[in-house]
Amino acid sequence: MATAIETQTVDLAARFPGKVSAESRPGYSGFVVEKESLLEVAKAVRDEFGYDLLAALTGVDYIEQNKMEVVYHLHKTTGGPKLIFRTQADRVDPIEIPSVTPIWAGAEYQEREAYDLLGIRFTGHPDLRRILMWEGFEGHPLRKDWKEAFYEEEIKPYKSRWPEGKHTYAEFKNPFRDNLKFPPNFDPEKYEPEGEKDLYSSLERFSIKSEGGLKTDHVVVNLGPHHPSTHGVLRVAVTLEGETVMGLKPVMGYLHRNHEKIGERNTFLQIMPYTDRLDYFNSMSNNFGYAVTIERLMNIPVAERAEYIRVIMAELSRIQNHLVFIGMLINDLGSMFTPAFYAFEERELILDIFEAVAGSRMMCNYFRFGGVARDVPEEQMQKIKDLVFDRLPFKIDEMERLLNQNEVLVGRLKGIHVLNAEDAVHYSVTGPVLRAAGVPYDLRRADPYSIYDRFDFDVALRHNGDMYDNYLIRFDEMRQSLRILEQALKQIPGGPINSQKPNYQVKVPAGEAYGRVEAPKGELGYYVVSTGKQNPYRYHVRPPSFVNLTALEKMCVGKKIQDFVALLAMLDIVMGELDR
Amino acid sequence: MENESLNLPNYNIPEDMRDVVAVTTLDRLYNWGRRSSLWPLTFGLACCAIEMIAAQMARYDMARFGMEVMRPTPRQADMILISGTVTKKMLPAIIRLYNQMPEPKYVVAMGACASGGGPFKEGYNVVAGIDKFLPVDVYIPGCPPTPQALIAGLIKLQEKIDKQSLKKARWYQKGKEDPNYVPMPILGPDLIDVRRSEEFKKAAAVKEGA
Repeated sequence: MATAIETQTVDLAARFPGKVSAESRPGYSGFVVEKESLLEVAKAVRDEFGYDLLAALTGVDYIEQNKMEVVYHLHKTTGGPKLIFRTQADRVDPIEIPSVTPIWAGAEYQEREAYDLLGIRFTGHPDLRRILMWEGFEGHPLRKDWKEAFYEEEIKPYKSRWPEGKHTYAEFKNPFRDNLKFPPNFDPEKYEPEGEKDLYSSLERFSIKSEGGLKTDHVVVNLGPHHPSTHGVLRVAVTLEGETVMGLKPVMGYLHRNHEKIGERNTFLQIMPYTDRLDYFNSMSNNFGYAVTIERLMNIPVAERAEYIRVIMAELSRIQNHLVFIGMLINDLGSMFTPAFYAFEERELILDIFEAVAGSRMMCNYFRFGGVARDVPEEQMQKIKDLVFDRLPFKIDEMERLLNQNEVLVGRLKGIHVLNAEDAVHYSVTGPVLRAAGVPYDLRRADPYSIYDRFDFDVALRHNGDMYDNYLIRFDEMRQSLRILEQALKQIPGGPINSQKPNYQVKVPAGEAYGRVEAPKGELGYYVVSTGKQNPYRYHVRPPSFVNLTALEKMCVGKKIQDFVALLAMLDIVMGELDR
Repeated sequence: MENESLNLPNYNIPEDMRDVVAVTTLDRLYNWGRRSSLWPLTFGLACCAIEMIAAQMARYDMARFGMEVMRPTPRQADMILISGTVTKKMLPAIIRLYNQMPEPKYVVAMGACASGGGPFKEGYNVVAGIDKFLPVDVYIPGCPPTPQALIAGLIKLQEKIDKQSLKKARWYQKGKEDPNYVPMPILGPDLIDVRRSEEFKKAAAVKEGA
């Protein structure tokens, strides 16, 4: 079966004759914008056509056509179909494409990532530096002609290992006997590291200036990468004046484990367990997004029972994620561990269910194209019912009763502004943070996937946009998840759990797809380009944590340093998906 | 083990003193104190860190074995748990933390990534196992290891501590430098391990001639 063609509802080519041309590729039709008029078109797309949310921006290296392409996926926060347009540049360094950061601020980090990994220079970008790798790293790893140190072949399974099963250590093939790659005639003793001049100069450039009053020295503080409240190995360089944050730059990449490069070598099914390790709290949601994307490419139906199982697992995952969020937030506020103990108690019960159905507590690897890997046995179904109908509603109420009126919590959270609706959309923030700012944008409603259109639930919404609302909306979302779960558990039919035969090597036709799901942290998107081979040509993940973090500077500058820790917790970042 | 006899002295206590006197060795007392209050460094790298937190929580409760005092500063920690994928960018920070820890110090590699690269071994930013830089005492397999596996690994570490002897411990002897001191790696075109720079220079030169 061929991929279903997604038609565009906006005709950009008619609006901008000569500057935009319609194009069509296998399984997809869209627009190509001349890079000279990119900014003009982008402005019109935002202001005239109303596409206010830049969902994903990524580059693709078409080495055979000698082109470097940047793809823009746009959505309206009021819902409706998406708009895809792309722009091309010749693949000759320096590859230059205008930056759309002035139009959608959410593009900032995504453009930096494309610069880092693909070497596309975005002209007019306010702060174009490497983001995941360090300054001085040789080459741009996601280019198709860049080979990693342990490179063996383009596609797995490698001929050396399959079917004969011979094995040699990758170290023995590399001249440096390690996962290393140095330029010819490199002399380590004469090398001068580039260091972090760029980071500190950019930090200084973007720091606000104090107005009048006492003159105080600015102090630069580095929080992380080893810091208990940065939720992993994030590092944030902060300029302080007294206790006030004057400037702030996150530094990431400390957990960059090359998800996309490895993904482009893997076969389609081999990527599934890697997606578990993106947002390691919610492997079920990650599987969901990837399965939805590849099913869209393959154009296959999903077994009815499997659809329900998927929804049940994804919503259970959301509940445990929000429980942990609340526990860890209050940990960050200084109340070490007691609320986290409550949260983890319920989480363990949900993980028990995951372990029983998928075989692993955290890394479930449970979804397959067309269904799920195993059926849910009856006694586990009973356990889920007990949890959903009896235990969890009571426990969520209990947590609210314990915490919500706590004086310290209210004092720390209430009235401290996170983001207003306009800024949140401008910075492409999605998920609970966007909804707490008063924008009812939930993909389960705005762009229903799977069977979410069958359930009766409300989009959780709060209007103040302060930290207390961001905290309360997690409880609202858990309650809505429980509503979905109750309906799904009542309606779930019997029958097969996969519409396809079990298959290690799926046939994916040539084409491309952008699939997205409402992960607990925001919009989780997968952009996959297939050429009909057994591995994807381009595999890109649009993680919610990474894009949401773009707004951190806007959120924190001008606030106190002690609020910064809580504000960072509000974004609910996970380094596994932030750095990939 | 020669320390076995140290730990279990075969000393005959007179009958009338058995209620009030117990005989043990200094080693045993000292090791009992150390093994029962291992303070790990609060150091989460990746997915495994979440299982490390779960092991601290009520259900598994690592505190039963005296390991609940997580210290955020390396200067108060006895043990560093490498809980996740070690990337090249993160490695200098890990080495710095390790070098700041006071003796005696232990390294536990938790999970497949820390032990040998795991599923991400082929990645260009991944160090294939922390044992290329730090001396690892216990490896815990799994991806991620369950909290039970983590606790089992830490009990293995306690058993290892039981067998150490005060008299022979390097860190109480004068003038003995730490043989495990790791010089800071440099982030260059790729990760430069300064202990191997001669070797790298040679390999890079050969590469061009070929």
